[in-house]
Amino acid sequence: MSVDKETVARIAHLARIKMPEEALEPVTGSLNNILEWVEQLSEVNTDDVEPMTSVVHARLSQRQDGVNDGDMRDSVLKNAPNAEHGFFAVPKVIE
Amino acid sequence: MSNLIAGATGDWEIVIGLEVHAQVTSEAKLFSGAATEFGAEPNTQVSLVDAAMPGMLPVINKECVKQAIRTGLALGAEINCYSVFDRKNYFYADLPQGYQISQFKQPIVGEGTITLDFKDGSTKEVGIERLHLEQDAGKSMHDQHPSMTYVDLNRSGVALMEIVSKPDMRSAEEAGAYLRKLRTILRYIGSCDGNMEQGSMRADVNVSVRRPGDEFGTRCEMKNINSIRFAQQAIEYEARRQIDIIEEGGTIDQETRLFDSAQGVTRTMRSKEEAHDYRYFPDPDLLPLEFEQTWVDELAGELPELPDAKKNRLMDELGLPSYDAGILVSEPEISVFFEEVAAGRDAKMAANWVITNLFSALNAQGKGITESPVSAAQLGQLLDLISDDTISGRIAKDVFEVMIETGDDPEKIVEEKGLKQITDTGAIEAMVDQIIADNPDQVAQYAGGENPKVIGWFVGQVMKASQGKANPGRVNQLLKQKLG
Amino acid sequence: MSDLTSLSMADALAGLDAGDFSSKELTQSYLDAVEAGQAINAYTTVTADQALDMAAAADDARAAGTPGPLAGIPLAVKDLFCTKGVLTTASSHILDGFHPEYESTVTSNLWRDGAVMLGKVSLDEFAMGSSNETSYFGSVENPWRADDGQSRVPGGSSGGSAAAVAAHLAVAATGTDTGGSIRQPSSYCGLTGMKPTYGRCSRWGVIAFASSLDQAGPIARSVKDTALMLGSMAGYDAKDSTSIDTPVPDYAAALTGDIRGLKVGIPKEYRLDDTPAEILALWDQGIDWLKQSGAEIVDISLPHTKYALATYYIVAPAEASSNLARYDGVKYGLRVPGDSLIDMYENTRAEGFGEEVTRRILIGTYVLSAGYYDAYYLKAQKVRSLIARDFEQAYQSCDVILTPTAPSAAFAPGENADDPISMYLNDVFTVPASLAGLPGISVPAGLSGEGLPLGLQLLGRPFDEETVLRAAGVLEEAAGFTAQPSKWW
Ligand SMILES: [Mg+2]
Ligand SMILES: [Zn+2]
Repeated sequence: MSVDKETVARIAHLARIKMPEEALEPVTGSLNNILEWVEQLSEVNTDDVEPMTSVVHARLSQRQDGVNDGDMRDSVLKNAPNAEHGFFAVPKVIE
Repeated sequence: MSNLIAGATGDWEIVIGLEVHAQVTSEAKLFSGAATEFGAEPNTQVSLVDAAMPGMLPVINKECVKQAIRTGLALGAEINCYSVFDRKNYFYADLPQGYQISQFKQPIVGEGTITLDFKDGSTKEVGIERLHLEQDAGKSMHDQHPSMTYVDLNRSGVALMEIVSKPDMRSAEEAGAYLRKLRTILRYIGSCDGNMEQGSMRADVNVSVRRPGDEFGTRCEMKNINSIRFAQQAIEYEARRQIDIIEEGGTIDQETRLFDSAQGVTRTMRSKEEAHDYRYFPDPDLLPLEFEQTWVDELAGELPELPDAKKNRLMDELGLPSYDAGILVSEPEISVFFEEVAAGRDAKMAANWVITNLFSALNAQGKGITESPVSAAQLGQLLDLISDDTISGRIAKDVFEVMIETGDDPEKIVEEKGLKQITDTGAIEAMVDQIIADNPDQVAQYAGGENPKVIGWFVGQVMKASQGKANPGRVNQLLKQKLG
Repeated sequence: MSDLTSLSMADALAGLDAGDFSSKELTQSYLDAVEAGQAINAYTTVTADQALDMAAAADDARAAGTPGPLAGIPLAVKDLFCTKGVLTTASSHILDGFHPEYESTVTSNLWRDGAVMLGKVSLDEFAMGSSNETSYFGSVENPWRADDGQSRVPGGSSGGSAAAVAAHLAVAATGTDTGGSIRQPSSYCGLTGMKPTYGRCSRWGVIAFASSLDQAGPIARSVKDTALMLGSMAGYDAKDSTSIDTPVPDYAAALTGDIRGLKVGIPKEYRLDDTPAEILALWDQGIDWLKQSGAEIVDISLPHTKYALATYYIVAPAEASSNLARYDGVKYGLRVPGDSLIDMYENTRAEGFGEEVTRRILIGTYVLSAGYYDAYYLKAQKVRSLIARDFEQAYQSCDVILTPTAPSAAFAPGENADDPISMYLNDVFTVPASLAGLPGISVPAGLSGEGLPLGLQLLGRPFDEETVLRAAGVLEEAAGFTAQPSKWW
């Protein structure tokens, strides 16, 4: 499988990375090289093989319910590029 | 009953599927230890995990798992002892991680059913497709600043159960009944408080229309509707809109639409949502969720009596009609109240008093059962006063009015106002004699058999003279005896 | 006292215990070395005041008779570990100015044991790379240079860590390894570096690259130092759901020097056609050393080895594309304004991420996207199962596996810059064990024809770091690698 410039533009938008028109060509080439290279996996017979879900053989541990975190607004907002009145502020979203 | 709606070119059927997001009742969030309480100051219930700080990791809250299992059991659904958390990837201001931890391919709960009850006593089964656990997003506020959206992450990471129905509903009424029934079940088992105003329960409504018997049509989704009435309005409006388009030769675009509750209409979102590609994959920060069937069995054993079972019991054991029983089990608090009133008493009488007298009084005051000024014990005492002939049913209504006003015990009111029924035959006899003596015309009418209803007039006169306190049975008996 | 920086961790601890010097003196020597070693460009942030305070506290603890196991040892911290109040960037522009309000579990463990933080060291941006050339703060230079005086990359992504330790700008350093990022730079810089079993060290507070692969570990000057440091870093952490609740053994005590009867597996698939002869020769030499020490050499087969890199370069970017979604200009770091929220996101992420990170996010987004998930991501996770199964089967007949660490010695800056795949090939020997979550160590074993260090890799069973360290100790002893880079900085 290979990608064209339109697909790369769509993927870049999906990943929210602005991609100037002139960058599309080289990026498309580079992605295609990699996609072509990983194509080798199709040689491997994976019938009846379960995909790996976790490398460790353990059971997910579950914590007890109880409030022991939060209540730290200053810490949460400290690194924000724009915080106002206790909120994160972002360019206006129109629904 | 037919749910078809008439269009210009023939009948149409609405097909409705609902995805309900129900907030799990828990102290802390699904994957962090921050609080879930409603109404806190912005961003005060946010941990570093909820704010998606670099390097932060999720750890699951056992209570949320437990509540999801209990809910699945209450829906008669299959519980999956092995389930997987996936990441649903998309960018939004109130989604700090850039993904929502949810369950996609392997949810914790599989197929189940909900039985809907209608006023005419009929029922309908609606299939549950699945229930999965996921994180709630934060809240964006668009109207606080002219050029900015403000983001509050207090809700970010709160545990939700997404309960997905099959597209089994065919009318707004059925959708309403589904939402009410689901809310009732959740509240019975306490896995969600069902408070739609506070957003603890929200519905995504999927609507399509078709000719009866045809394939499903293209559906539109109205997201995050926070009242049953709005959900029904949205369905009615949306179905009509779709029918009009199709009848005019158009086609329906599959889209997410906004329901504008002020206008009662649905509309295309101004920010034309692009086709989503959520790129689900198993969250590598979490292992699969596994538990023993024995835990599930244990939780099943501890479930309280569910509304359907309770309704059947009220009908079978207490002989209540289906409609009354349905009302009495509609909220756990009502059923508890009723059962306390009915314990050891005449169940039908108890049901009547709760449904007719108490509910209309509460409605008039705009109160719910939990705010009732009359306790179940007090209402029970009132019924006892009727049963042991201390007061008549008519006086009881007056007493009840005072109870609603003051919250006083019925005995106290009866005592203070001197409302005790007169059962002393001598006293009643004196009054009867007096009335007979004062009204020879009516006596004559009765004797001549011209007007048999005149006996009722006599009873009324005696009751009036006794200020309602004379035992009506005794009065009747004496009158018949004396008038011959 | 400048020679204090030439002491190994074990020797420094002995000197501190004997009162030969204080931690403040030791730390000051390192701060001076760091100052003098700026040409290497290893450090992105030096925390001199904090270091001296921590050193003073360690001296006090020692005086009070309560020193931690690493009391007074100055360390460098890869800038992927969040350090409270100290700039943390993952060497990316997108984390501009980010000062975490928290300390990673691994570094907390080190400070709990008395270690001293000298500062934060550079890495390939978001740990994506094998040469440390993708750092927003510029390339790091390998203290080692070829005989002809030419520069070399330190490897990556823990290139700053390795360069700092090799140039004696820190006693040791923390690293992280996703596909070889501890072992390969250790090999390139003549150091010992260990990636423990996935789940052995907490990932809490470590900026994520690929969550199912990332694992913290030490880079140090000897196997013993590695063992000492790993003992501090490791341990169960309830805040990391993939952390495993099993006791941390005394790793240093595992270095008995006795590997008689140990079964050492030699995977035939690692003998690649284009592997340089000197690498193969060193491997043979390593086999010989272990055999002479009483180990039994066993031929093993890891048949899916050749698919490991392709598998890795699907799985890791997929996870990264999701892990890096949080860098959006809202909560921390860089924000580049835009006309709308989406515009702000796109501007911020375009400017904030470098070329390689962007490439991997795009690949990862693509392989997870609708219609491609099964063909790429799911397929890769299935092949990954086969790779893990290969190791499980191999460990039925051996206790450890010996391979070269990297297919070459450190290469020249820019050498692989034009071709991502040739850069990815540096990880050919390290990636399979990463995919299987297994522990691995690189031990310096010889010099290349150009006078550059070469490492050998030992892999072990899950949570059997002790056996790996024991074998590594024997290899270290046999190799007797004492060469040092000549000081050009
Ligand atoms: Mg939904
Ligand atoms: Zn949902």
